[in-house]
Amino acid sequence: MAIAVERLTVWRGRREVLHELSCRVPTGAVTGLLGPSGCGKTTLMRAIVGVQVVASGRVSVLGEPAGSPSLRSRVGYLTQEPSVYGDLTVRENLRFFGRVLGVGPEQADEVIATVSLDSHADQIVSRLSGGQQARVSLATAMLGRPPVLVLDEPTVGLDPLLRRDLWSSFRALAAGGATLLVSSHVMEEAEHCDNLLLMREGELLAAESPAELRRRSGHHDLDQAFLALIEGGTSA
Amino acid sequence: MAARVLTQLRRDPRTVLLMLGISPFLLTLLRGVFDSDLGAFQQVGGPLVGLFPFSTMFVVTSITMLRERTTGTLERLMTLPLAKLDVLAGYGIAFAVVGALQAVIAAAVAFGLLGLETAGATVLVMALAASNALLGMALGLFVSAFARTEFQAVQFMPAIVFPQLLLCGLFVPRDQMAPVLHAISYALPLTYAFEALRRVTLEGDLGAGGLADLAVVLLAILLALALGAGTLRRRTA
Repeated sequence: MAIAVERLTVWRGRREVLHELSCRVPTGAVTGLLGPSGCGKTTLMRAIVGVQVVASGRVSVLGEPAGSPSLRSRVGYLTQEPSVYGDLTVRENLRFFGRVLGVGPEQADEVIATVSLDSHADQIVSRLSGGQQARVSLATAMLGRPPVLVLDEPTVGLDPLLRRDLWSSFRALAAGGATLLVSSHVMEEAEHCDNLLLMREGELLAAESPAELRRRSGHHDLDQAFLALIEGGTSA
Repeated sequence: MAARVLTQLRRDPRTVLLMLGISPFLLTLLRGVFDSDLGAFQQVGGPLVGLFPFSTMFVVTSITMLRERTTGTLERLMTLPLAKLDVLAGYGIAFAVVGALQAVIAAAVAFGLLGLETAGATVLVMALAASNALLGMALGLFVSAFARTEFQAVQFMPAIVFPQLLLCGLFVPRDQMAPVLHAISYALPLTYAFEALRRVTLEGDLGAGGLADLAVVLLAILLALALGAGTLRRRTA
């Protein structure tokens, strides 16, 4: 297991966002984290990356407590809002973050290609479209080829063609041994995942493969399967 | 880190122009205001050359750091193998360069064109100006943690810079102030920054007292940087 979460409880403000949540993310696979918006997906991801203050519970990544200094070059994190410098060009952003990670400029160009931004590499980020900015941020998360990638809604706002391309690069990364945890609130994306973690209101509803979810719910359509799961109130 | 900050600044020529142009502009204005009392201009102008970088760097740093915090880039940096000291040093080096440049330009205009005179070496005034730029940067970095929006950050300028300017002795000697304010002025770092500048521009040398003032300023920079480092959190709620 690349990531293990045990009885994790997190408060944000006066609200308990995660309630003793436990889950596992297997190595070398794409795991989808799905659930309605506001259910705690981002908070769980923040806890896994180690930027979230947690109330109780344990989170370990690659066998070490989340947020350990040794994990900083081994976990790539994409936040929902693009977190790159708007007044630098795409290439300048990636070269800067690359230097911080200690990787060479050729890797910056490589990840720019992965997110299909080659033709925009020398443009100032703030002048790009929202979807393009999101891809700059995604490219930054991929720098240094981290063995664990935590991606918060990487495909939101992208056109179908780009979504397909990105999912195939995620699949390729997993085939190369990387562990990916990808959140989405669109069930159709679940199709591309090896495993699914289905969340609702701070709790884990189910952890299974798309095929298992279909079989158990009796619905072929994943959207309907998820709805049935939520409304049936069944817990895995 | 420092190179990146400077590249970002270069992308915003208007800000650079304002940063470098405002102090010569204000000094020129001051020269006109004191047109019939050039003695007063000499009293105030010399120290001001060294104090402008303080207020500019304070505003620039607090807004820049606030942006790093709100756009998530600071959080990203904190998830990477980067020491907090690297972040601080990066900004410190970049803004010290800009602060020094600003001081050189202000000094060149003031001493070269406006007829301002300094009893001590111009180089010393510039060095003090650079240290004040660092002080402004360190304080700006610290207070940026307490602002959520750029509107709030801008308000810290009148809230934190203006009282120090009023109490440092620039406009009225401190021993003529109300006793309470006189006492408070001892706790404000700009008081010592002004005192050192006053000694150089009016008395001609730092002297032992000036060195002590400078030491206080340097300690204040370190303290503000340490407090600022404390606000760079790897984990947030």
